[in-house]
Amino acid sequence: MAGKLGVYICTGCGIGEAVDGEKLAKVATSECKAASCRTHPALCGAEGCAQIRQDLAGGAVDTVVVAACSPRFKTEAFSLNHGTVVERVNLREHVAWCHAPQDENTQMLAEDYLRMGVARARKTEPLEPLADEISRALLVIGGGVTGITAALEAAAAGYSVFLVEKEENLGGAAARCKRQTPAEPPYTAVNGDGLTARMEAVLYHPRIQVFCSARVVRIEGQPGMFDVTLSIEAGEHQIRAGAIVVATGWKPYDVSRLVHLGYGVSPDVISNLEFERMAAAGRIARPSNGQRAESILFVQCAGSRDPDHLPYCSSICCMETLKQITYIREQDPEAQVYVVYKDVRTPGQYERFYRAVQDQALNFFTKGEVTAVKPGAGGRLTVAVEHTLLGESIQLETDLVVLATGMVPNGSEQILNLTYRQGPELPVISGGFPDSHFVCFPYETRRTGIYAAGAARAPMDAAQARQDAMGAALKAIQCVELAAQGRAVHPRGGDLSYPSFFLQRCTQCKRCTEECPFGALDEDAKGTPKPNPYRCRRCGVCLGACPERIVSFKNYSVDMIASMIKAIEVPEEDEDKPRVLALVCENDAYPAMDLAGLKRRRYDPSVRVVPLRCLGSLNIVWIADALSRGLDGVILVGCKYGDDYQCHFTKGSELAQRRLENVKETLQRLQLESERLQLTQLAINEWEQLPQVFDAFVERIRKLGPNPYKGF
Amino acid sequence: MNSGSGKPVMVIGGGIAGLTAAVELADAGCAVILVEKSAGLGGRVARMHQYFPKLCPPACGLEMHFRRLRGNAAITVLTLAELTSVSGSPGDYEAAVTVRPRCVTESCTLCGECAKVCPAEREDDYNYGLAKTRAAYLPHGMTYPALYAIDRTACPANCRACVDACRYGAIRLDEQPEVRRYSVSAIIAATGWKPYDASRLDHLGYGRCRNVVTNVMLERMAATDGPTAGRILRPSDGKEPRTVAFVQCAGSRDENHLPYCSAACCAASIKHAAYIRALYPETAITIFYIDIRTPGRLEEFYARASKDTNIRLIKGKVAEVAESPTGDLLVTAEDALANRKSTMQFELVVLATGIVPQTDGLPEGFRRDEFGFLNVPNRNGGLLAAGCVRRPAEVSFSVQDATGAALKALQCANRSVSHGR
Repeated sequence: MAGKLGVYICTGCGIGEAVDGEKLAKVATSECKAASCRTHPALCGAEGCAQIRQDLAGGAVDTVVVAACSPRFKTEAFSLNHGTVVERVNLREHVAWCHAPQDENTQMLAEDYLRMGVARARKTEPLEPLADEISRALLVIGGGVTGITAALEAAAAGYSVFLVEKEENLGGAAARCKRQTPAEPPYTAVNGDGLTARMEAVLYHPRIQVFCSARVVRIEGQPGMFDVTLSIEAGEHQIRAGAIVVATGWKPYDVSRLVHLGYGVSPDVISNLEFERMAAAGRIARPSNGQRAESILFVQCAGSRDPDHLPYCSSICCMETLKQITYIREQDPEAQVYVVYKDVRTPGQYERFYRAVQDQALNFFTKGEVTAVKPGAGGRLTVAVEHTLLGESIQLETDLVVLATGMVPNGSEQILNLTYRQGPELPVISGGFPDSHFVCFPYETRRTGIYAAGAARAPMDAAQARQDAMGAALKAIQCVELAAQGRAVHPRGGDLSYPSFFLQRCTQCKRCTEECPFGALDEDAKGTPKPNPYRCRRCGVCLGACPERIVSFKNYSVDMIASMIKAIEVPEEDEDKPRVLALVCENDAYPAMDLAGLKRRRYDPSVRVVPLRCLGSLNIVWIADALSRGLDGVILVGCKYGDDYQCHFTKGSELAQRRLENVKETLQRLQLESERLQLTQLAINEWEQLPQVFDAFVERIRKLGPNPYKGF
Repeated sequence: MNSGSGKPVMVIGGGIAGLTAAVELADAGCAVILVEKSAGLGGRVARMHQYFPKLCPPACGLEMHFRRLRGNAAITVLTLAELTSVSGSPGDYEAAVTVRPRCVTESCTLCGECAKVCPAEREDDYNYGLAKTRAAYLPHGMTYPALYAIDRTACPANCRACVDACRYGAIRLDEQPEVRRYSVSAIIAATGWKPYDASRLDHLGYGRCRNVVTNVMLERMAATDGPTAGRILRPSDGKEPRTVAFVQCAGSRDENHLPYCSAACCAASIKHAAYIRALYPETAITIFYIDIRTPGRLEEFYARASKDTNIRLIKGKVAEVAESPTGDLLVTAEDALANRKSTMQFELVVLATGIVPQTDGLPEGFRRDEFGFLNVPNRNGGLLAAGCVRRPAEVSFSVQDATGAALKALQCANRSVSHGR
């Protein structure tokens, strides 16, 4: 690309004081063969931008390189006509603001960045967005509170919905409850939550098609065009949907595993679910003899918060118990109620309900751990409680024990039956929840276009599940709308680029299909990748994985980065000017570098930075290119990895580290020190450490001495 | 169902809930006007060092949001702006927004010359008053929009130093407040929260004892760009504390203060304990609590902390905090498990103050519950609420809530557009 290149150099914000703009312009015109080069004291101002537009309109220029501030600033000012390639060179944050002014090394750095920016611009091609026929219908799996809400609310926004429920009737777990816990004012009143009305509304909604007694047998395809095979009573049924909400809810923890809490010891030890059914049926009584229970004891965290059972808190059981106490009070004001808890968890406004129930006479709340439930005298039960508030063990006699069992997600087995190469279901994290790993993006999914919601995603009550259902439905809507424009979803929301595969050269090594964090690539029988661009999140991990370099984006490719590396001028060995290539994550490390610049932190000017979409897109050929060009070392800076990984493409820096280890072996064979390569994990707020990281690495490289391949 | 032809949705508040609602709506094809009261977006989370339970920096997610805002024609961002009146009905509201002068135009390049020459100082609200900025200030390094602002209330009379220093003609000291009117389909109030006023907790020593700080102040001390550059120090003598006490429910779950539970403070204090453990491995930490509330998978975060031998958990309410002559703190608490009242000495006390809904100045129409939260159901209405202003919550709940609210708003925006897919 790039016939007529225009280079625009800003000398404002201290750039002009730090570097020689005229020399830079000379690099642009004589070395880089730019058709035109202009310098301006404030390029982002009206005059500077008008000049660029004028040159474009007049046809003097068709590709633009703006050498000014970081591309994170003045985006609007420098966004030109759609289709024009605009490459930004960061002379401010990465040069003028963090290196000595009027210094030879600073000037060389600026000139290199200009050469690299021109190389990048020349290798960038205009984007041609994907443009397939997209289905905007949504598939909602599960017809409980979450699924019903997702379906109704998406339909109310104008979208068609297929709702699939495995049982004969809609309603799920909530429909089996007598009443719901209070989530709205007044916070002390248990009531119905209109579920029945909403079940009816779903059945008669013109934009919702309901399949009960149905299951998903198979899902093929990709967002915008999921081909879903349902098994319904009449046989198999095919539908096409654009995005999917997984609202498969929860099941109670298997109470038969709670023998230590007395389950199975006596019919008078029941689960909270059994208690709910008893109350819904009409009368609370001892199952053993149908007699009144004078005393009822609730055991909280029955299975939850227990490393031997469920390590997490099930979040709803405290409120459920409080609600169930109101059933008892309605029927029997004289009964004694005990609640043995570890912590009472009634967050937010729910505290009001706790206080109201706690204040009622004959309700006793005791901190402690139930260690045994055994048959006692007179057909009653004896409950042993340890670690009580008084620091001693106590025994309580009671007629009925209710185990407040927790929830287990219903979301990870034989729900979706995806025909994906990477497996049929959503990947899960701890506790078996197909939850997002991110605090700030709870719907960030590893299967594009498929969003879990409600108790299948994380432990939550019905009120929260309703809100969650709307959130997931919005993400599903967003996915089909973006797909219709050929755009990526989060985290590169709006990106129009996508990878293409030059399959004639594919060796079926399967690295790309294995490493794609989003399961976007399927395989044919021989192992050739079958791309599904609408599943793709545009991270470039496939590009980095491929040893044959056959994967490229129009605006991001192996060749492009290689050209940038080749554009770096390598001084002679005797000049004592080492050159270090820094490949940095553009999401975290690059902004951190900007911040270091904003704070005017200085570091060694030997470092040449190339931002990558994700360190997972690192292709090892770049390292080979850099070292064979005579660069003295390569440092990678990317997100933290491990259990609490921060990479939004899941494991970018971990993949890069693995590739680096492989290269190091090769280096040793070439008698090059493996210390010339390093990966540093850095969070965006650790910008203060960056100068130190770079300086220390350059220092190490100086000690190792020049790359022996320099000059070859 | 692209609602490009529908009216925009207005989002009030540029914290994590408002930002989420705005970006999610825009990605779903809906135009958005995002109204933020202060000079930059990011709200409370921008002032946090790390999120629990991952201990990852909020700036990472904020940067992703800001990246979507830059040059995004679907989102109009108004800063120093407040919604002052609303009229109309779902799908068709008229909203008046008062925009206060920033006195700095889009021509600002972040060069910083204005702040260099500015002779005046102002209290730095970003640092909860623990530091000062110049009257010409950048809210913080990651701020959006990336523009300086001038706090005219702090300017000396007739000073034009910044105007003279600015090489880009970006400063307009005579800017006046302006009222702008928008026709919108729905309004999401995502106005967030404020910390409970610790000065009302006299018995817990705040304001009276120099080394009693609040949890939000501790958050700033832990932050690299905070007033102590990431070191947690005693305010009285700048010493690294060897013993630290956390007082949970400082105001929350208390009929005399906040009758509700603020939901996020337990996990926040466990996170703060992790900061201290990482900084000062020898420091002993004590957490006084009523109940530890870490629902869902946060339990695993709590379980890790409870295994740490340098973290002691005491179930009991703190009755009083007093100062010793050395600046140490004498904390009197009941130890409910041991059934006795005792007094212990600490070098630093952190009050886990709670969440108060931020509804100051919000026009009529947004309905409040008995605690002041906007949690009154409004099933088909267009005046919606999301995040901590609806109920106290941690970040990921607020984000989830905001995404859900975005769908309700989208319904209003789409109502006028033809249906039928």
